[in-house]
Amino acid sequence: MIHLEKRPQPSKFWAGFTPVLAVIATMIAGGIMFWMLGKPPLEAIRTIFWDPLFHETFGPYSRPQLLVKAGPLILIAVGLSLGFRAGIWNIGAEGQYIMGAICGAAVGLAFYPSDSVLIFPAMVLAGALGGWAWAMIPGVLKVKFGTNEILVSLMLVYVAENLLASVSQGLLKNPEGMGFPGSRNFRDFPAAYNTELISGTGMHWGVAAAFVAVIFAYILLTRHMLGFQVRLTGEAPRAARFAGVNPTRLILFCLGTSGALAGLAGLFEVSGPAGQVTIDFNSGYGFTAIIVAFLGRLHPIGILLAGLLMALTYIGGELAQLMLGLPAAAIQMFQGMLMFFLLAMDVLSHYRIRLNTPATV
Amino acid sequence: MDLGQINPLLLLASLMVAATPILLAAIGEAVVEKSGVLNLGVEGMMITGAVVGFAIGVNTGSPAIGFVAAAAAGAALSMLFGVLVLYLMSNQVATGLGLTLFGLGLSSLIGKPYEGLKAPSMAKWDIPVLGDIPILGPILFRHDPMVYVSLIIVAATWYVLTRTRAGLILRGVGENHDAAHALGYKVVRVRLMAIAFGGACAGLGGAYVSLVRVPQWVEGMTAGAGWIALAIVVFASWRPWRVLLGAYLFGGITVLQLNLQAAGAAIPVEILAMSPYIVTILVLVVISLRGNHGAPGSLGRIFHATH
Repeated sequence: MIHLEKRPQPSKFWAGFTPVLAVIATMIAGGIMFWMLGKPPLEAIRTIFWDPLFHETFGPYSRPQLLVKAGPLILIAVGLSLGFRAGIWNIGAEGQYIMGAICGAAVGLAFYPSDSVLIFPAMVLAGALGGWAWAMIPGVLKVKFGTNEILVSLMLVYVAENLLASVSQGLLKNPEGMGFPGSRNFRDFPAAYNTELISGTGMHWGVAAAFVAVIFAYILLTRHMLGFQVRLTGEAPRAARFAGVNPTRLILFCLGTSGALAGLAGLFEVSGPAGQVTIDFNSGYGFTAIIVAFLGRLHPIGILLAGLLMALTYIGGELAQLMLGLPAAAIQMFQGMLMFFLLAMDVLSHYRIRLNTPATV
Repeated sequence: MDLGQINPLLLLASLMVAATPILLAAIGEAVVEKSGVLNLGVEGMMITGAVVGFAIGVNTGSPAIGFVAAAAAGAALSMLFGVLVLYLMSNQVATGLGLTLFGLGLSSLIGKPYEGLKAPSMAKWDIPVLGDIPILGPILFRHDPMVYVSLIIVAATWYVLTRTRAGLILRGVGENHDAAHALGYKVVRVRLMAIAFGGACAGLGGAYVSLVRVPQWVEGMTAGAGWIALAIVVFASWRPWRVLLGAYLFGGITVLQLNLQAAGAAIPVEILAMSPYIVTILVLVVISLRGNHGAPGSLGRIFHATH
């Protein structure tokens, strides 16, 4: 009889090893899915995970894309992981990402066509503030009234999407755009353009910000009192209360930080790779970042690696779409599967599997 | 704007149609939560139900078979969640989110070939005598059968939960799983059944969107209905009849804003389109002001029987 025995402490070994195991399991299950779709499984897996990096013709084009795609995912996921650790579930990062982009872009566009060096920093600030303010709505409602932050933050995604639709066809619409929806393109506005820092690498300010966020989160969690309180609240909420952790402060801090980082990610995306505010510039990074956060075990370094891997599945997915005609949705499912396998294998780090019958107490 | 274009009778009649998907999903989720499990995957199960119901409905030409298939698909997907949270003891919030992301991907994969097709039409039930009552007849008694099926499900849920032994056990498991386990009730089995019921209801709700409400398949067409269903369960304090009230109130808002859009109100379309979500937030705030009365004691907690 198989039975599970709770470990006194989560196993360090399995905590590190389960993501690897989950990726392998996802590859196998994904291969079966591709085979059922009538695509060659091994070739599909190779196209997704190998070709974007090492293929002779595609490699040079896709390699820079890795950082472009990983940047926002890591930036958002690092913020989310703080809250998730403390049991504060901000799942509306997509909305905060959109609001950051709208606010940041609006500041930039307001000064068109100025070439002041202060424009881009002002946009960055506005982007962070936009995301922060949007996340403060569920934060303040939770603190003041005890309203469920999961539902409120998610509802606000739909509100933000409608706002985006509104401003891209109205307030922020390009006045010289011949009536087409969408704002001015930031490529034609050098002072506000989030340019590639090192050419040919895909490294832009957003990616740099993501690396900085990883370092800060690491220091916060391992060396700072606030980080300790975040971990304590997640692992033992009662103990945290006795230890004098102020839940209000923690909720506002976690939601605010994740919102600001998501807002930053949105601003860097809209002023760089996306180039303009359009009705659908957001590509679901806010939701994928949830998977990234879990795949990285809510640990900053893990999230860095997980973000790169997830970026690879995006690029590889596009390549597989092009080369093998694999439907775009198959990649979305692939990412969903990864999340499932990961959660399923978590059992190994929290429990021991015992094969004998338990001794009755 | 010409408010005269809005016919109050039609408004009330379409309210029931607009509310039915959320009602179905919410009543299922209420049962799941009553058993102590928080399944945030409602949206994923709904959208999967929508695509499977539509695909089977189109292929067989029968909406009824489509609905059955949608319920089966929703239940099957919910079992994935059930195994993860009950046997592998994964975090319920994270697993539910995963289910939603997975369902969205799965549905757009299945749905690609069905884009742009039209659903087989579902005959309206013109209930004799009752349907001929002036005013009330067209509002209440001239809908498709699923509207009445959803009402029957609500009534049956209320009856089972509050008037039968099975319902008592289910509530006991949700209030305190350790005590229920000590009394010899099979916590995991009860919860698995509740999750399957919730999945089937969400599937039905999704299929109602794609087969009746719209009626065609559009990617991501449930547009947060599953999340609103979750909010309605909180609004209803986990009580079946209040779920009905919440869903119909919400249906009313949806229909009203759609009618205002059609009537060319001076309010921008985007503001109208976001109003249901804002109203949901406001309702959640009002409810939480009152405190979380009626939340099952073991909601969201992991159950691990040590012996």
